[in-house]
This record gives sequence, C-alpha cells and structure tokens, in this order.
Amino acid sequence: MSTNLITTAEPIARLIEEFNKLPGIGPKSAQRLTYYLLRAPANEVGALADAIRNLKEKLTLCSSCLNITDSDPCAICRDEERDHTKICIVEEPIDIIPLERTKKYKGLYHVLHGVIAPTDGIGPDELKIKELLSRLNDGMVTEIILATNPNLEGEATAMYIQRLIAPLGIRVTRLARGLPYGGDLEYADDVTISRALEGRQEM
Amino acid sequence: MTAPRVYQTEAIIIKRIKLGEADRILTLYTPELGKLKAVAKGTRRPQSKLGGHVELLTHSRLMLARGRNLDIITQAQTINNFLPIKDNLERISRGLYIAELVDSFTGEHSEDRRLFDLVLEVLQQLSQFNDFELVLRYFELHLLDHLGYRPQLQQCTECNLSLKPEANFFSPNHGGVLCHNCGFHEPAAHPISLNALKVLRLWQNCDYATARRVKISPELATELEQIMREYIKYLLDKQLKSTAWLDKLKREIHHT
Repeated sequence: MSTNLITTAEPIARLIEEFNKLPGIGPKSAQRLTYYLLRAPANEVGALADAIRNLKEKLTLCSSCLNITDSDPCAICRDEERDHTKICIVEEPIDIIPLERTKKYKGLYHVLHGVIAPTDGIGPDELKIKELLSRLNDGMVTEIILATNPNLEGEATAMYIQRLIAPLGIRVTRLARGLPYGGDLEYADDVTISRALEGRQEM
Repeated sequence: MTAPRVYQTEAIIIKRIKLGEADRILTLYTPELGKLKAVAKGTRRPQSKLGGHVELLTHSRLMLARGRNLDIITQAQTINNFLPIKDNLERISRGLYIAELVDSFTGEHSEDRRLFDLVLEVLQQLSQFNDFELVLRYFELHLLDHLGYRPQLQQCTECNLSLKPEANFFSPNHGGVLCHNCGFHEPAAHPISLNALKVLRLWQNCDYATARRVKISPELATELEQIMREYIKYLLDKQLKSTAWLDKLKREIHHT
C-alpha cells in the first residue's frame, strides 16, 4: 500500500491492502470496509473470517460433475430424485446457479472449468472433457445438453464435444440461442436473429 | 483543435478479454486507425445492445467515445458477421488463427488500409471455400509480402545464384531459399521440395482464383504449412498459440 498509510496501524493497513486486491474494490472502498469491520461486533467479524477460511478449506470438486462442493459427491449428484440420464454441460460452476434458479431442469451437470480458447493456448486437454467421457461409459446417460455460452469459444467448445460424443449414440442437444426475454428486436445482431429464426416454434 | 469526442469507424474484432463484471476489452482492426483497443460495456449480459455486433471475427460499424485510457464503444452495427465461419468448428479455429496472426504482426495506431482489406478478403474466403489450408497459406504469404517479409524464392539468398530444379533449403533467418550448396551448411535451414517451392512462387504472385486451381497432395500441404510456420515463428520470435489447437483438430480428424 502507499506511503500515506505509514501512520496507520499495521493490522489495519494490511486488511486494507487485502481488500484492495478484490475485484471492484478500490483503495477508498477498502478503507471503508476495514473501518466498518473495526467497529462491528466481534462475532460478526469472526463469522466473516470463518466464512472466508472455509471457502478454501472445506470446498473441493465433486468427483463426478466437478462442481465446487463441500461434500463429495455433491448434493446434486447425490440426489436420487434427479434424472441421472441427463447431463447439462456448463463452462463454470457459477453457470449452474441460473439454470437451477429456473427449477425446470432436473438432470445432472458437468463443469468444464473453462472453454476452448486457442489464442490463449487453452485446448480440450485443459478442460474437464476426459472426465465427462468417462462418465458416459456405463451407458446410463441418454442426453447431453450443451449449455456453454453463446459466443465464439462457447460454440466451438459445444461443437467439439458434440463431435466427440456423436459416435457414442447419445442424444446431444444445445440450449436454444435466440432473443433474450425483455430485449428489443431492433438491437439484436444478425447471428442472434438467424438462430432465433432457425429455432422458431409453433405457437 | 481538439479531437472530436466521438468518432465512427469500421472494425474487425480480432480479440477480446473480460473486464470487470460484464464488460470486455476488444482489440479492433480498423481501416483508418489500424489496431486499437476499446471497451465494450455490458457485452456479457444477454440483453446487451452491442452483444453479437462486437463478437470475435465480426466486421462492424462502430461509434466510439474517447475515454481516459481506452475509448468506449457506444454503438455497433454488424456489416458482415461471417456466419459460415461461426457455424463450423474447422472454420472458427482457422478464423482465430488468422486473428492471432494479425494481432501478433501489428502494432497499435498505425493506419494500414491494405492490411484491413487483406483481413476482410481472407475472412470472406474462409466463409466461402472449403480448402481451409490454402486460405491460410495464401493469406500468410500475402500478409508477409505486405509487411515487408516477402520470402525470397527466386535466387539463393546466400550466393544469389538461380536455384536449380532440385531439392533446396528454406532458411527462416535468411528470409528465403538457399541453394543446395549453401543450405547444406546452414543448420537452421530445412529442406524444401521442388514442388513446394513452385507452389509458393505461384501463390506469391497470383490471385486467389488461380491459387485454387493447384492440386495439393496432403504431404505437400503439410510441408507448406511447416515452412510457413517456421518462418512466422522466426519473425515473431514465438509460436502462435492457436497452432496447437489446429494440429489437434487435424490429428483427430485423421483418427475418425
């Protein structure tokens, strides 16, 4: 941290410095958070410290779907009520949250932990694709739903996985790509509109 | 006179990285301003009005506002989205290689209208034709030519004698071909077959329609790719990252 904090007590300066490293937190916000915690009740501060420590200590990757979890297999993979014949493929653990929020999907997931990005040197070997293929060995799974992002790398990754799975005779589907709800046709780009036309449905 | 606060330009999007929560920093290749970086706010949200208009490998008309560091894209309208590229894994992969090539060979803010046109042409060819490797080789040759790295393929770059119709050598650090005698003593030189030499000479000087008429065997295609790759690696002093992916794709096609 900068020299103007020389007069600040070391623990305060250190916490400010740590907050400052977080995304979206500038030096002023870091200071405000630090002084807030200084005045907050000890149990509240302790709870925050525990929560942060547990984040790294208690979490691991589910050995099946590779989602982040505190118990292996994760709650979703353990759930007998869910449909174990479907696997939805997402790029990152955070992508599961919006899908679960819909309450429309009852199958399982598989987290790739990234996307094929050739110009960053990231290929299929850097992703959890081998793990996906080994999940398909027992013949239980009948449908793979590709839910990678609808952009160039997401599409490339989806096409690549489709190519790998096609010979196994498993149904491969892709989330529909089209107009976003609440959006304006006027601003939609041609690729989106082309996809929306291709995927139009009987009303 | 101060520069206007907003300006318009055409651009091809050649790179993008995430910024903050929903923004991106795009690398644009433009006809008048050369390469530049700009911020596209909110483009990772589904309802972004920029969204697909500023996706990679898209040719768009943009409105930009001058920012403190980077300029900010305020409006975007697609001119050509090169949809056939985006519908096909083979084409996407080669498109990304082209984007990396252009990004690696250019510096920011130097106008190069001809290079912009070359990039548009190659994306058009990649959308239209199925001989992807030819599209790449033809572009590499003409890109290097335009940038002043045209490989010398007529005489030996060492002794200046005309090349004999036999296997010669290609030497990246000589920027061209060495005759049998000179190349023999140059450790960095690779053998180049007579056919490869003939094809490169032709492609260097002909239009794309003529280049397409040459029949290339798979072995020759591999040789041409290796020669160009070595030369580009030497010029950039690095291997382009996307080549690893291109190689993997090719290996897996041969497998299935």
